[in-house]
Amino acid sequence: MTMKRLGVAALLVLALAAPAFVYPVFLMKVLCFALFASAFNLLLGFVGLLSFGHAAFFGSAAYITAHTVKVWGWSPEIGILAGVAVAAVLGAVVGSLAIRRQGIYFAMITLALAQMVYFFALQAPFTGGEDGIQGVPRRPFFGIIDITDDMTFYYVVLAIVVAGLLLIYRTVHSPFGQILKAIRENEPRAISLGYDVDRYKLLAFVISAALVGLAGGTKTLVFQLASLTDIQWQMSGEAVLMTLIGGVGTIFGPLVGAAVVVSMQNYLAQTGEWVLVIQGAVFVVVVLAFRRGIVGEIAAWSARRRKAAAQGDSGATPGTTPAETARA
Amino acid sequence: MTEIFGINSFAFYGQVMLGLINGAFYAMLSLGLAVIFGLLNVINFTHGAQYMMGAFAAWMALNYLGLNYWWALILAPLVVGAFGMVIERLLLRRLYDLDHLYGLLLTFGLALVIEGIFRKEYGASGLPYAIPPALSGGQNLGFMFLPNYRGWVVVASLVVCLGTWFVIERTRLGSYLRAATENPGLVQAFGINVPRMVTLTYGFGVALAAFAGVLAAPIYQVSPLMGTNLIIVVFAVVVIGGMGSIMGAIVTGFGLGVVEGLTKVFYPEASNTVIFVVMAIVLLIRPAGLFGTAR
Repeated sequence: MTMKRLGVAALLVLALAAPAFVYPVFLMKVLCFALFASAFNLLLGFVGLLSFGHAAFFGSAAYITAHTVKVWGWSPEIGILAGVAVAAVLGAVVGSLAIRRQGIYFAMITLALAQMVYFFALQAPFTGGEDGIQGVPRRPFFGIIDITDDMTFYYVVLAIVVAGLLLIYRTVHSPFGQILKAIRENEPRAISLGYDVDRYKLLAFVISAALVGLAGGTKTLVFQLASLTDIQWQMSGEAVLMTLIGGVGTIFGPLVGAAVVVSMQNYLAQTGEWVLVIQGAVFVVVVLAFRRGIVGEIAAWSARRRKAAAQGDSGATPGTTPAETARA
Repeated sequence: MTEIFGINSFAFYGQVMLGLINGAFYAMLSLGLAVIFGLLNVINFTHGAQYMMGAFAAWMALNYLGLNYWWALILAPLVVGAFGMVIERLLLRRLYDLDHLYGLLLTFGLALVIEGIFRKEYGASGLPYAIPPALSGGQNLGFMFLPNYRGWVVVASLVVCLGTWFVIERTRLGSYLRAATENPGLVQAFGINVPRMVTLTYGFGVALAAFAGVLAAPIYQVSPLMGTNLIIVVFAVVVIGGMGSIMGAIVTGFGLGVVEGLTKVFYPEASNTVIFVVMAIVLLIRPAGLFGTAR
């Protein structure tokens, strides 16, 4: 437990000091995607629902924030909130349809509905088609904090993302989160215990979509751009990849996964088309040989070292990794 | 000149015909997905990439080996199907004991790899593939103009779909397959080599996708991205039809193609999304899908 506290403190210090060493825009991108992946992981890791459509929430929040800030002249924090609200409403619609089916069908339905949102973004006049919405201004945050400087804005983004992550942490470690895990482990049992499973799933879906919207809206202000890339199905795939690499069902996994994938894209950018091939290959390798992800493997390793209970090693299912069962 | 609902009949039936063509591809691909899912419990995300590989195999056969369309129609499914069997043996097989979602994720990664490689080699823009001489030209039927090739696609896909239905529902081999879908352990105990059947089934589903790809080559451009956009629509088709029934997949595929074609006539803006809207409505009214059983 103290180890974990120390880890969190070290991570925070690292995050506060990082812009002195690394290009802040890169860091902000990592932060936004860390929130994106963590919100996705809230569904996959803690409710067992694989959504292949989270790009729809990410992208639509990006567009809404861009439009309200650039065209309607709203201040950035209100623009982001508008993006979150739209993502939440969209999440409620997509979620209420998708939870009618389970497992693989759930993934296909979310993918198909997200594709519908993509086609809407492609045709709607305000999204700017292939160009997207460019040159979104960075007006003062709350009217006082000047965010035109990347260094200052980095700390604002850090605050937003940490707030989002704390909300996820609280959700997972609340009685509500326990019920979500019960649904993941054994849905019929949860039903027989009298829980209205669909309502819990839908609420989790909406929370996840809203937080993804928070990530998408913030990302728009970082790059001052919302485009079709944000809403395409490949973006949903990236959330899945980050979560898998870091560790499904762990709190820190998606953060690590986001850092790995964003750096990978950065360093491979000059290789052009190979980025997709390498990402796909990483997918295959992780699924075949590395299903616990980086954080999951570390947690399993330290659990083995501590010679925890004898069955600790057989925890192949993501949910039984020690990092996640250890409650704060 | 005849008119229907105030619309020129040539335009009207032309769009219905286009819808039937799209429907033919939906039917063939969702059929392959359903057959694979039935036995392997894997949603084959690579299906779109394998369809694309079929089209590319036809293009390569023509441009590198000088083999014409008819050869491609036979060879491409064999080659791509064999490639699928290798994937099943080497990769997919390792995931059968795990959550079905891992199969989806693995095939998603494979699709990225395959498409990335083709994009690297051939660029993102399409390559042309000529209609075979025997099928060029068309017939004027009085109320519409029917290009010969389009008629051929509809007929060929119907034959393949119904042939698949016949083999699975009416032959001894098909009964083994259906039995193994229900209870693989028991079928194995009766002395049937289930692992080999699984490999062959996957190969067959993939070959079906490649066959569709060859049929598509002269209609659409041969491009690395032709499969991805299609496969997402096919997923919606599969959700609408439910994967329980072979005939259901065929009927849903053709039916939705026509619905899409009609939307193009009356409200073109929605033609991209109409299938997804239908999916949403079906989920509201009949969550298990039109031909599916609840699971």
